[in-house]
Amino acid sequence: MTLRDAINKLLGRQPASANTAKQRLQLVLAHDRSDLNPELLQQMRREILEVVSRYVEIDLEEVDMSLETEDRVTALVANLPIKRAKALPVQAQADQPITPEAPEASEESTEFSAKISSTTSL
Amino acid sequence: MAAASTRYILICSGKGGVGKTTLTANLGIALAKQGAKTAVLDADFGLRNLDLLLGLENRIVYTAQEVLAGSCRLEQALVKHKQEPNLALLPAGNPRMLEWLTPEDMGKIATMLGDSFDYVLIDAPAGIEGGFKNAMAAAKEAIVVTTPEVSAVRDADRVIGLLNTEGVKPIQLVLNRVRPKMMANQEMLSVGDVTDILALPLLGLVLEDEQVIVSTNRGEPLTLNGTKSPAARAYTNVAKRLLGEEVPLIDPSKERQGLRAKLGRLMQTKIF
Repeated sequence: MTLRDAINKLLGRQPASANTAKQRLQLVLAHDRSDLNPELLQQMRREILEVVSRYVEIDLEEVDMSLETEDRVTALVANLPIKRAKALPVQAQADQPITPEAPEASEESTEFSAKISSTTSL
Repeated sequence: MAAASTRYILICSGKGGVGKTTLTANLGIALAKQGAKTAVLDADFGLRNLDLLLGLENRIVYTAQEVLAGSCRLEQALVKHKQEPNLALLPAGNPRMLEWLTPEDMGKIATMLGDSFDYVLIDAPAGIEGGFKNAMAAAKEAIVVTTPEVSAVRDADRVIGLLNTEGVKPIQLVLNRVRPKMMANQEMLSVGDVTDILALPLLGLVLEDEQVIVSTNRGEPLTLNGTKSPAARAYTNVAKRLLGEEVPLIDPSKERQGLRAKLGRLMQTKIF
């Protein structure tokens, strides 16, 4: 926050628009560059959560998954706070033979953060 | 002339009205004044205007169309600028040409121009469709023009994506119509915001300048008479940088003097 923003806030004025412009652009460009529409993104989000939930219990209220873009690289950034690890290792299913080691159960919530990056070539 | 060393530069923006044609005209004149033999190719067949900005609209006899059809030689179609004989315009053909024109045709024209010029500037049409792709085929490098507005930056990003896919490089940025006062008030995307978002090196920074309109009224690009206007200086500096000279970029926040400007800078201080 800049001094101007602080004064604007004190006087109840709208904040200066340049920052809003930058944020809106970054968001819209992340979508333009990845060519994912919001619907597909929602579907991907659901499926990722489904997979992760098989192993750990996620705090669904605090899940944050978004596309971020920097230096023409778009990244899917997921922040999935873990409430607790599931007590038993997940049974290996037929279509999913690899069972990762069960993470140690802990009282305090840990965070699982994934970053999948790709250079856009649209 | 060594065709191998000719630079084929696409001037594009995606969005219309941000200053592609004005940049092409001014840069063409500025390069020619620096002694570089320069051709400007109007690749906007639908809505051609480069002739008008250069004041050459009454001297067009043949266009790219006749050259491609073989009904005239390239030299006959080229319109040489009277005051600046190092500069020549190859006018855009008839809009109906868009029906059959291919990227290969544009490449052919550019190669022909390369035989007798050091610089070939290609004024691309707005948009990212066929006309733009034709123009892109004639280029090896590109200058993307944008203004500090969300729509122009977004469209520039799309164009950069296409240029990257086609392997056109280097791609450099010219930020046009900058208003230092609005930037100081944080009511306009800053220079850093735009270069961060688009991740391109900045080739030029052009301040909003009423003289641009005056010069287009007359058909005499600002760089022609070496006027002292801010835009004329900026365009000349772009030409010098292309030629390899190191010219520092202006700092928009330093363009304004006095107490109000100082206050503006103070207001930008980050407090947390």
